[in-house]
Amino acid sequence: MEVGPGKFLLTRVDDAARWAQSSSVWPLTMGLACCAIEMMSVTDPHFDIARLGSEVFRSSPRQADLMIVSGRVAWKMAPVIKRIYDQMADPKWVISMGACASSGGVFDNYAIVQGVDTIIPVDVYVPGCPPTPDGLLHGITLIQQQIREGGRGGFLARS
Amino acid sequence: MSLSTAPLTPEIVSQEGNSMVLSMGPQHPSTHGVLQLVLEIEGESVVRADPEIGYLHTGIEKTAENLFWSQAQTVIERMDYLAPESNSLCYVLGVERLLGIGDRIPKRAQRIRVLFGELTRIASHCVWLGTHSLDLGAMSVFFYTFDLRENILDLQEAVGGARMHPNYLRVGGCNGDLPEGFLDTFDALLQKFPGRMRDLRGLLQANPIFQDRTIGIARLSLEDAISWGVTGPSLRASGLAYDVRRAFPYSGYEGYEFDVPTRTEGDAYARFLVRLDEMEQAHRILKQVRGQLEEPGPVMIDDTKVAAPPKETIALSMEALIHHFKIVSEGFRVPPGDVYQAVESPRGELGYYIVSDGGNRPYRVRTRPPSLYNLQAIKGIAPGNLIADLVVSIGSLDPVFGEVDR
Repeated sequence: MEVGPGKFLLTRVDDAARWAQSSSVWPLTMGLACCAIEMMSVTDPHFDIARLGSEVFRSSPRQADLMIVSGRVAWKMAPVIKRIYDQMADPKWVISMGACASSGGVFDNYAIVQGVDTIIPVDVYVPGCPPTPDGLLHGITLIQQQIREGGRGGFLARS
Repeated sequence: MSLSTAPLTPEIVSQEGNSMVLSMGPQHPSTHGVLQLVLEIEGESVVRADPEIGYLHTGIEKTAENLFWSQAQTVIERMDYLAPESNSLCYVLGVERLLGIGDRIPKRAQRIRVLFGELTRIASHCVWLGTHSLDLGAMSVFFYTFDLRENILDLQEAVGGARMHPNYLRVGGCNGDLPEGFLDTFDALLQKFPGRMRDLRGLLQANPIFQDRTIGIARLSLEDAISWGVTGPSLRASGLAYDVRRAFPYSGYEGYEFDVPTRTEGDAYARFLVRLDEMEQAHRILKQVRGQLEEPGPVMIDDTKVAAPPKETIALSMEALIHHFKIVSEGFRVPPGDVYQAVESPRGELGYYIVSDGGNRPYRVRTRPPSLYNLQAIKGIAPGNLIADLVVSIGSLDPVFGEVDR
């Protein structure tokens, strides 16, 4: 974007759309385990996710842009997560929050899916057990950066 | 297991006349986790509610069998993730009884255990109160309670390095003394607490909307509560003053003055009042612990078969080096036997039945999670109420699914 000599604001439709899109990434209310509590903590006054425009946690997958897989994914829950992901409207993004969602974490056993990326595509991995709310906020800014740069899932860029 | 063969959640299962079978959850903002309820409804009112659990089954008990006694504590803390210290305290007390060192734990370590046991109770009730009122449409309570909870998490981070699972309590004591500046932060919290409780009570207790939504809703009679095995605040709100801290004291709880708040109504409002009273009683205990913390002392048992010797002795003593190496590389061994240890977690009687075969890993760690038993009561209290009151029923029982499904 640039301001022209006659005080015009010149931009491309793409850039304006990406700017708007990246500033209103609405997460889905989907809590799984410990990380879900830290996901709730990002909305509290100490961290205040509203600064990033993502405070609107939507309970319906149809209205959400971002799925935060917050915690360990049991085999029984995996088809549910896949289905919720399919129900979300494009464009959509996924954050794998914490060690369990990213790789199974300490639970290398019969009950836990060893990484949610084996069932749905993941855009950003946030490490930690559980990650701090600052870590999750950083993950969301990375999603915003991806959108602004027109990367995967960005405006008109998803194939 | 392949994904295509796994059962998918039904939406509307069947519909006949005015009656309908409906699935609620497992992804639902008001089920406090991954609970699925299969509801039979007649118009707007619930006829039957069957909880379907297991969506967060983690195999924690099995995983613990493959870890050293001290490592198993890591996964056990992740069971009830709202009250990690209650879990580790219960496990640690059980292992100490098996080892026969229960009466040799230093005084200061016991005081620190009580300190964190009560802090975690306040933090857990904060999450409960915030989410429960969020379900009922009161947004601002959430910000007040989570602000208070952040202060407690700061204390946990100071001792353990992690906000939620500090893993600070150890078999034989605690992992190091309280860090510098801890008591100042703690004092600030103690001072802030009464005012914050006044705010919370002011927002909800006499609020006509909150009262309309909770008084007389999800009533649980004392007989039902006992027969379902309900413990904790949900039992005490029905009239029985059973508290593990009183009935089977541990960690020196018999030396502290506190009341066991009870109500007789057994409805969601009574459970709300009991939990608020409990937070104030926890504050009362914390003030007594604060006075005792001025007294310095060791925080770890002086037994090199269980606890690694202090780091500074390793360079000077051959034995210390050997003990340190043994503890780190193969853990400690626990004599064969079994033990049942219970503590009062924020949700009720949390118990561990621990079996040892004499090795350096637990043979079996069976949990008695209070949430599982409390959640059963949903079958009894949901029918007869409206669908809208179902979120009140679930919220007032305060289940944590990490603990229910394990």
